[in-house]
Amino acid sequence: MSTTPLWEVFVRSRRGLSHVHVGSLHAADAEMALRNARDVYTRRGEGVSIWVAPSSEIWASTPDEKDPFFDPNADKVYRHPTFYTLPEEVRQM
Amino acid sequence: MIAGNDRPMASADQLCTYALRLGDDALILAQRLSEWASRAPEIEEDIALTNIALDLLGQARELLDYAGTVENAGRDEDDLAYLRVEREFVNTHLVEQENGDFAHTIVRQLFFSAYQLALYEELISSRDELLAGVAAKGVKEAAYHHDHAMQWTLRLGDGTDESHRRMQAAVDRLWPYTAELFDADDVEKTLAAQGIAVDPSTLKSRWSQAISEVLTSATLTVPETVWSSRGGRRGVHTEAFGYLLAEMQYLHRAHPGAEW
Repeated sequence: MSTTPLWEVFVRSRRGLSHVHVGSLHAADAEMALRNARDVYTRRGEGVSIWVAPSSEIWASTPDEKDPFFDPNADKVYRHPTFYTLPEEVRQM
Repeated sequence: MIAGNDRPMASADQLCTYALRLGDDALILAQRLSEWASRAPEIEEDIALTNIALDLLGQARELLDYAGTVENAGRDEDDLAYLRVEREFVNTHLVEQENGDFAHTIVRQLFFSAYQLALYEELISSRDELLAGVAAKGVKEAAYHHDHAMQWTLRLGDGTDESHRRMQAAVDRLWPYTAELFDADDVEKTLAAQGIAVDPSTLKSRWSQAISEVLTSATLTVPETVWSSRGGRRGVHTEAFGYLLAEMQYLHRAHPGAEW
């Protein structure tokens, strides 16, 4: 049965983190999508906040566009912060 | 029996019966809902209904375990769930009603969860530590179960002609089974007087108001009460219950103590 629209689900696992896409599901409307998401994706304490968005409202880059989209960035090393020397005290950056 | 603080204690029999009544309601509804596993209209709903079943099963386990402890006859939760016969179960008739179509399941859930939510909200302040604990944990679960059933009721009642027709049929069919939820006999009255139990008759008006609001918003009609089905609390059950028990208890009776 596929009478209800598809929704994309985003879950924030802890305060301070951002919402991460976890999957999709079917639901009649946004309220039901939130409830379904609660049951499908946060049963084991995975989240403190849920977003749902209609899949039809998500615009995605296509694999065909991969080259013009991403390749030109690969050879521009000056865009990457790799020329700084990090003090030893800074363990992670 | 007189407790240390000079308050007369309810008899162990009464406390055991009360725990069994609450526990059996949860157990039998959990069993009914679990029948939806792999059969719900959508996989999302399959998970939602079985989640609710698991919540109720968790409540049932604590309550039956407690009933066994209070009874002090060496019966544990499994003995009580799997080895009692039909006449020894004291759940209401509502929870044993067959699933029917999805509308029936939702309406049964709406009626029961509204009752259980009101009950647990009161039972939180029970003087009995275990009952208060079950209620404190269960009140959040019941609130979600009620919300779930309410959302579906609004959508199906105020949905298509077909969904409206099915919902109204379910409301009419299940309405006679709701009165029993609020019956109080000596067990509840004695325990309630001591601050241990909730007298369910005190929950009736809150329940009626909540249900009538939801049904009206869902464009459904609140039925007139013509007759009421009763007897579950005394161990007298409807025909559907025997089949439920046979399925629920078969494995344990065929392979006593089986684990997996």
